Amino acid sequence: MNRRRVQMLIFVGSIVLAFLLQLTPLPQALLPLKPYWIALVLIYWSIETPERVGLGFAFVIGLCGDLLTGQLLGEQALRLIVLIFIVLRFRSRLRFFPVSQQALAVFALLLNDRIVVIMVRGFSGDPIPSIGFWVSPVIGMLAWPFVFLLLDDMRARIRARET
Amino acid sequence: MPLSSPDKVSLFAEGAVSTARLIAYLTLAMIVMVIDHRGNYLEHMRTLAGTLIEPVYRIAALPSDVARAGRLAVATQTQLVDENRDLREALLLAQVRLNRMSALTAQNDRLKKLLDVQNELGLGVQLARLIDIDLDPFRHRIVLDAGSAQMIKVGQPVLDAFGIMGQIVEVLPHTSVALLITDPTHAIPVTVTRTGLRTIAYGTGAIDRLQLPNIPISADIKVGDELVTSGLGGRFPAGFPVGEIIEVSNDESGMFAAAMAKPAAALDRSGEVLLLQDLPQAMGPPAPTEPGKEQPDSSATSLPSGAH
Repeated sequence: MNRRRVQMLIFVGSIVLAFLLQLTPLPQALLPLKPYWIALVLIYWSIETPERVGLGFAFVIGLCGDLLTGQLLGEQALRLIVLIFIVLRFRSRLRFFPVSQQALAVFALLLNDRIVVIMVRGFSGDPIPSIGFWVSPVIGMLAWPFVFLLLDDMRARIRARET
Repeated sequence: MPLSSPDKVSLFAEGAVSTARLIAYLTLAMIVMVIDHRGNYLEHMRTLAGTLIEPVYRIAALPSDVARAGRLAVATQTQLVDENRDLREALLLAQVRLNRMSALTAQNDRLKKLLDVQNELGLGVQLARLIDIDLDPFRHRIVLDAGSAQMIKVGQPVLDAFGIMGQIVEVLPHTSVALLITDPTHAIPVTVTRTGLRTIAYGTGAIDRLQLPNIPISADIKVGDELVTSGLGGRFPAGFPVGEIIEVSNDESGMFAAAMAKPAAALDRSGEVLLLQDLPQAMGPPAPTEPGKEQPDSSATSLPSGAH
């Protein structure tokens, strides 16, 4: 089952890469622009292979993210659960959207994610972040077509090589 | 395989997930968060998982390391010559100051012997490098490449050549996390050098701003005043530069003045930082059991009149 192994490699590789990208430094001015890479990659996989990415998986990935960034344990887990739940709920429609429409949906998802963050941080007593906090969903939307096309293309190539 | 799975659900069906599972997982996440918020278990977990986390940090920092090495490799001769000259000038200045300092230190030692003061202000420092990764753009935390293996402890002040940067908040086996003074949750007790006014500088979340709310409206504070650590609280040693006042205004209620300061340390540029090793004796609130200890201090403050 070589093909299956390669598929798995892409799956795991993309998630690891998302974690690394999330940690990658940027110049101070560009920092708020960084999209939530883990969310983008998880959205892709939950649309394409929902049997792999469920709520439990989102929970575990979120805990890993919290472990890496050292914030409140469970914060990213909560964010990703909400995100993946909405994606899975509307999956049958999201799948057939053209990429531009998908990008808009991703924008809405990421915006919702920011609201969840504000709620969590509000409860844990953190101050409300500055205006730059709301820029990241826009960048996430712009990044979505690239994430989607890149991952889709890689999977299509493997499928083509096998047949 | 993934696409071949027949999708029998209609376009407007609920999909594969049930609300019950969502609620179950949300509750689980919230329980984890509350437990962690109460007991800070995340830090223990991170310490345990340190061997897994640290390599990830190093890998994430690789691109910027490579970029820095590349920039160094293609630096032109003139740039290097310029930098070299600047450094030599800076060294010369530092040497001159140091020479003057040594005379002062000798004098200070003599005076201290006269006063029979035991508490030394010895500074043990330790150099650490920044691991260039970004944990969260809206929290100002930096990762350093020294951890419990290098005897780093939580609470150690972090400095650079220009002033206080922050303090260590978390220690892993070979890395540690420091909170910068500009983080919105950070506060540092400061003194205005010109007038001796004591106040507290809060982080704002902007890398180049500190906030000093609640200054009495009659207090003498103006743009250009320098802020140094006051040593109150016992966390930071006294006398290190923190910043410079750049703006003074009234707060919304009109009862207090509020000032903005620019941090002295190069918070967004420092590549190497200093960690103060042994915390100086706590100068903050005295232990409640010994209120009579104020006496030796007042004799120390009478020094200038005796020196006339």
